[in-house]
Amino acid sequence: MSGTGMTRGMSGGVDPLRQRAFKALAGQRVLIALLILIVFGAVRYDHFLGAYNILSFLRYNSMFALVALGMCFVIMSGGIDLSVGATAALASVLAALASPYGLVAGLAAGIAGGAVMGVLNGLIVTRLGILPFITTLAGMLAASGSALLFAGNQTVGVSYDTAFIQLGQGDLLGFPIPAWLALVAYVLGSVALNFTNFGRDVLAVGGNPEAARLMGLPVDRVTFFVYVLSGSLAGLAGVILAAQFGAGQPNEGVGWELFSIAAVVVGGTLLTGGLGSVGATLSGVLLLGLIFNILNFENGMGWISLSAYWQSVIRGAFLFLVVIAGSGFGRDLPRWASRNTPTPPETGGKS
Amino acid sequence: MAEAGETTVPAAAPARRQRSWLWRYGTYWALLILILFNIAVTPHFVSWQTVNVNLTQVATIVIVGVGMTLVIATGGIDLSVGSLMAISGALAPIIFLSAFGVAHPALGVALAFVVPVLVAGLFGLFNGWFITRFHVQPIVGTLVLFIAGRGIGQVMTNGNLQVFKNPGFQFIGMGRILGVPFQVLVMLALVALAALVLRRTLFGRQILAVGGNESAARLSGVPIDGVKRAVYAISGLCAGIAGLVVVAINSSSDANLVGLGMELDAIAAVAVGGTLLTGGHATVVGTMIGALIIQLVRYTLLANGVPDAAALVVKAAIIVGAVWLQRRNSRT
Repeated sequence: MSGTGMTRGMSGGVDPLRQRAFKALAGQRVLIALLILIVFGAVRYDHFLGAYNILSFLRYNSMFALVALGMCFVIMSGGIDLSVGATAALASVLAALASPYGLVAGLAAGIAGGAVMGVLNGLIVTRLGILPFITTLAGMLAASGSALLFAGNQTVGVSYDTAFIQLGQGDLLGFPIPAWLALVAYVLGSVALNFTNFGRDVLAVGGNPEAARLMGLPVDRVTFFVYVLSGSLAGLAGVILAAQFGAGQPNEGVGWELFSIAAVVVGGTLLTGGLGSVGATLSGVLLLGLIFNILNFENGMGWISLSAYWQSVIRGAFLFLVVIAGSGFGRDLPRWASRNTPTPPETGGKS
Repeated sequence: MAEAGETTVPAAAPARRQRSWLWRYGTYWALLILILFNIAVTPHFVSWQTVNVNLTQVATIVIVGVGMTLVIATGGIDLSVGSLMAISGALAPIIFLSAFGVAHPALGVALAFVVPVLVAGLFGLFNGWFITRFHVQPIVGTLVLFIAGRGIGQVMTNGNLQVFKNPGFQFIGMGRILGVPFQVLVMLALVALAALVLRRTLFGRQILAVGGNESAARLSGVPIDGVKRAVYAISGLCAGIAGLVVVAINSSSDANLVGLGMELDAIAAVAVGGTLLTGGHATVVGTMIGALIIQLVRYTLLANGVPDAAALVVKAAIIVGAVWLQRRNSRT
């Protein structure tokens, strides 16, 4: 239940049954759409459910899943992180540079690079009080510039003498290692959101920061930490990027931030914060990824020939439909969180 | 002259009046200091060519920034501008290279100016309709066309590069009047028009009222949805014009590249220029100054041998620094 159901700050007991039912439905809706798409693919294409397609699909999309998980937490706290794509590129360069010293060194270098970006974003947002949109926009430029400086304006080859490339290309128990990493991250993320004080604090801060501050919640610390989390996860995605394609790529990651925002929105998490689901975000990532996958199969059938350019048109149209469907279901939800309307007190309490 | 750029909702005026004049014109001082620094340090800085190079570089950012300023003044944001530039840039060559355009060159070029801009404006109107009709957040609402728009441009051209040579059409990017590049004149005209609208017209007041306090604006009878639809349409029109300028300069149109990353450049210029991202306070002239500052810093670094990658990091620091300073002085 915790995987796909929406989690709102301090929900226990105060919400009427109808709203709970709505939330459960809203979470399942993404999952239902995902299942319909999978069934469609399985019926229509021969090798769609073949091990090769599934495993390479998961291996590739695990990077986006990790970035979107961090984005989900930032958005639930009421912020946004535009720097994730550039941070992943920076981390891929750092990981590639450290890869001759082994798997752990590469992994640590990438995640540390991402965490540093997150620390910078978090400090600027909390200490200087600059809007997350502007802060992380600047963070994106800084990360991109640093990546190019570290890489000397070219891709950096990964060392094949160490086990580092296993992080992207290896398997464990017949399952790609990147997919394992993403799975573990999502399980931890779901537990953190649903069963820890940190998760409740994130939603309370996103729902109404002033109320959260009055309740004595460590608003700045929570805000700071979600950016560090997002940066670190983007760093891990960058490590996987370097290991999977054998090179640190300073120019990769363009548009990842908006893709992951789209995935979070498709998953039903409100951009105004205070409400969200980790599992639905994963469904959103898989859904957007599947559109591309199915398009490839459709071209393989040879009946119609859609150029790869159609994928962005279809993704955009899909986001459009999802947003319309979402606004019809929960017309009252956005108003609670809109910035000119005070939040009802019962949504932000901690006793 | 600087006064004309600052436009505020009346309610917020008293607090702002207390700011010292030094702070109030901070962005202008920054630009002045940058120019003086360059005159002292950068070789061959004082030349007509330097002026032209820098103004040409910022023209498209400012043209997009004008629409973005109005959108942000209502408390919104428009992520789709780069993609709309790609659509407009892809459409223009299609029109004047078509059989009809070749048969009627003058009419073809005229249509190549008008149709792409109108199409981009209609897409902008779609953004506004989507956002107001379904109460969608502007980031999400314009994300749809950010993703789909470039795809539409790519599908129209099948992802191919369109190369052309058409002096009539390319006047918008290459032409000069009295030695001033035509695109710079377009930029100045749009900035002046938007500053006038924002400061002198009812529509301008309504834009700021919507951004300042939407509920209060609604109660006082401002047609909120109409105002929002209008600003997104205007933003689309501006992006359409900028798309034409870019392909005219390049003598080619590549839907994969035209306007790539423009949304963030324009937002950065708006923020550095002193427009509040939360809405209610906007300065179009400030946006132009902001774009000039960002461009001039990059030019200074490159002219003095700093690599482009390091210039990116400096640009990031400038954005944060400028916004922090504005925030600080708006509190005192």
